[in-house]
Amino acid sequence: MAIGARRLVVGAHYGLIDWLAQRVTAIIMIVYTLGIALAWWVVGDQGYDGWAGLFSTLTMKIATLLAFGALGYHTWVGMRDIWMDYVKPAGIRLCLHLLTILALAACAVWAVQILWRV
Amino acid sequence: MTPQPPNAPRSARPVIRNISPGQLAAYKLPPPGVVSILHRISGLLMFLLLPLLLWLLDLSLTSELSFERLRAVAASLPGRLVLLALAWAFLHHAFSGVRFLLLDLHIGVALAAARRSAVIVLIVSVLLAAAAGLRIFGVI
Repeated sequence: MAIGARRLVVGAHYGLIDWLAQRVTAIIMIVYTLGIALAWWVVGDQGYDGWAGLFSTLTMKIATLLAFGALGYHTWVGMRDIWMDYVKPAGIRLCLHLLTILALAACAVWAVQILWRV
Repeated sequence: MTPQPPNAPRSARPVIRNISPGQLAAYKLPPPGVVSILHRISGLLMFLLLPLLLWLLDLSLTSELSFERLRAVAASLPGRLVLLALAWAFLHHAFSGVRFLLLDLHIGVALAAARRSAVIVLIVSVLLAAAAGLRIFGVI
């Protein structure tokens, strides 16, 4: 690892946390997906009422928001891997990292608004 | 197998450097490589389509009126094609992701097993996406 003038401006923290988070968030999303598929299968196709009814409880809102948080973190690690592999100039890479974070944060706020309006 | 000293050279592997276009055309990515790059491409695709997915979720939850609008969007040709692409991207990303998790647990790491599971992931994802496509296009 280069320290000083040769230090990488944007990197992967040189650590284990994001690697592990990528796995943990993946498992959270798999469990949530199976859960929602099961719930939809149990409720059956009752149109809008059945679908919106699923998301009416606080438990479901919290579970969905946690799953979306997992999706956001997972997407951040994955997109950062892509930018680090293919975009070498530090300035452009930093801009792309920033745009990715802003886009994901905006999506998270939107998700809150969608969920808590039901 | 005869025991080897720890510093014995391993069997020679082909060194590929600065390959020419001719070699590039002849180079065939093995199935695990195909799964890996498609995992990346499908993930990128879902990231790019995330705002669209949130819009669809918004339509599905806002009101009965917007719910019907969602049905109309999902029945349009562009809507159907995007849903089909998303179905494949999700299925491939999920199945190859589970495969990566198993590899992390040292399950199926041997070359033959890893190739076999890669081929299974590729085929199952396409088959299930095709089944989803039949549903999306109203065949079943």
